Amino acid sequence: MSQSASSPLVASLLDAPLPLSGIDWLDAARRESREAFAAEGLPDTRIEAWKYTALRALGQRRFAHVDAATKTPIVEAADFALPAIDGPRLVFVNGVLCRDLSSLDGLPAGLSLQPLSVALRDDAEALRFALSHRFRDLGDAFARINAASANDGLVLRVTAGSRIDTPVHLVFVGAATDVDLAWHVRNVIELGEASELTLVEHHVASGQPNHLATLVSDIELHERARLHHVIVQNAATSTNLIRRSSLRLRARAHAMLHVLELGGALVRHELQVELLGNDARIDTRGVFMPHGRQHIDTQLAIRHQALNTTSTSTWRGVASDRARGVFRGAIMVARGADGSDASLSNKNLLLSPAAEIDTKPELEIYADEVKAAHGATVGQLDERSLFYLRSRGIPLAEARALLTAAFCRAVLDDMANERLRDYLSGLMMANLPV
Amino acid sequence: MLKIENLHARVESREILKGLSLTVNAGEVHAIMGPNGAGKSTLGNVLCGRDGYEVTAGSVIYNGIDLLALEPEARAAAGVFLAFQYPVEIPGVNNTYFLRAALNAQRKARGEKDLDSMQFLKLVREKLKVMQISDELLHRAVNEGFSGGEKKRNEIFQMAVLEPQLAILDETDSGLDIDALKQVAQGVNTLRSPDRAFLMITHYQRLLDYVVPDFVHVLADGRIVESGDKSLALKLEEHGYAGIAGRHPAGAAA
Repeated sequence: MSQSASSPLVASLLDAPLPLSGIDWLDAARRESREAFAAEGLPDTRIEAWKYTALRALGQRRFAHVDAATKTPIVEAADFALPAIDGPRLVFVNGVLCRDLSSLDGLPAGLSLQPLSVALRDDAEALRFALSHRFRDLGDAFARINAASANDGLVLRVTAGSRIDTPVHLVFVGAATDVDLAWHVRNVIELGEASELTLVEHHVASGQPNHLATLVSDIELHERARLHHVIVQNAATSTNLIRRSSLRLRARAHAMLHVLELGGALVRHELQVELLGNDARIDTRGVFMPHGRQHIDTQLAIRHQALNTTSTSTWRGVASDRARGVFRGAIMVARGADGSDASLSNKNLLLSPAAEIDTKPELEIYADEVKAAHGATVGQLDERSLFYLRSRGIPLAEARALLTAAFCRAVLDDMANERLRDYLSGLMMANLPV
Repeated sequence: MLKIENLHARVESREILKGLSLTVNAGEVHAIMGPNGAGKSTLGNVLCGRDGYEVTAGSVIYNGIDLLALEPEARAAAGVFLAFQYPVEIPGVNNTYFLRAALNAQRKARGEKDLDSMQFLKLVREKLKVMQISDELLHRAVNEGFSGGEKKRNEIFQMAVLEPQLAILDETDSGLDIDALKQVAQGVNTLRSPDRAFLMITHYQRLLDYVVPDFVHVLADGRIVESGDKSLALKLEEHGYAGIAGRHPAGAAA
């Protein structure tokens, strides 16, 4: 037992009725997840994975659930427009699919994109593996409540051999409401053999909601599939966002992730990768930039479980004001996963004396022939570089911004899609602390 | 153009400059020579406003303004340039981008219009030709992975683009082989003009074979102990600083 199972937060989340699907295995899974959540409550900082992210304050909050009486606020398409990218799009507002804002006409051949509710009606059995998963770890509270309560989300599938050229845009809008809401989204994404997809997962704000949102995404790459997954997290700084992305890669599959964490009050992203097939490869890149009193926590865990698997991870953190960043980069190379090659770098910049970043690289190796390199640093802007720029006439604030942007640049360097790279880089520049 | 009077400065609690006075007029090239620890680099850093150098007495008047009251970027906009002894590598900042940002920041501070990228590139091409620098350097990050010679040439190239009125060269010759030294010297000579003054801080006489100074000053123990024309440099080469310092024991009035 960790933090009191009867905290106001836990009690309010348990007020939400269990969604009933009429599908026996699904209803059973939801019931069990709910019971586990009720029994265990929220993790406290004695649990290693939550050591640097305290839920004390959040635990005292209450959130209403979304039901038929909840009015969905009006959201403008401009809130989430991606310049120069106009393809398939699915938009959720406070966890509820918004058909008017979505664009599902003329999907390219090989791509299927459905709301979870529809996919369950059409072929529930195909989702059984993902949706009957039981979250058993200490600290899985939010995944459990998500499994119990999420009754929408999306199911995206790419058939074997299909190459989807246009990026698919998944938008999650947190929109201000009269009452503070909790909402939950469950996504299942599957790339067939040798298929290719670019996915933009986009978290945005409409107004200043004070919500608690949870998202759980299962992403499966079959043999030789290729995924470029871009996550732009620009939620309201008043809202709480807890996400878990679980990727499973089969032989020779390749996933590349670019993550930009800008918004949110308390934000946590659990990014779990399993390299299950020989020669699978994951490249993760990310920047988190908490400012004000934001708390942004990334928990990256990569498990090498097959021969000759590769992972590279490059993450940068920039914290200013009284903000807090947390990064855990755990790499595990399982027994027998010989020829694995893992590298991880997390460099962090503190721009104010009251800012804090806690970084923790972890390496667990059980195989023999392995290459592994990891490093983490926390520092400040280099005074010599600042003086050099100023001595050439660049004002202090501009010099600081220039160096901070340069510090983060490595993360976007190998992003092949130029439009997306420009968009992310522009967004990053616009959010640089001064 | 520049009038330094009775300048005292310290780093941490150690007094380095102990009453330095020097006048530099437009069009002149002054060489400041002296042994290690005499305060040569401190002088350059104080003039450019580096943190950690505290001026405790004296004044520096540049074109009628109190230079020491200005932030480093304002000094640059006013036309003061320091070629660093150890140019800083700045990964992730493109050399061209940096230089354009610097030039436009200076222009803005002076109330001039920004150069657009076409105008800027044209200017850069002209200067590259004069400096005999390959434009490959422009595409790299500022000084990143540059050889010692490339770094020093990049300093001179920046100076050519920024066109300062007062250029301070802090041991620009150190660590250069003879070919690189000649290139750097040629760059400096190209930039000599009646409106521009140079303050060349150097340890050795050899740079002065290629950039012939109008005045040579010997800096010892925080002040100028002897001034003369270029022949003074040759004398130093022959007798060493010890010979000069011996005639001006520390504490004696200049």
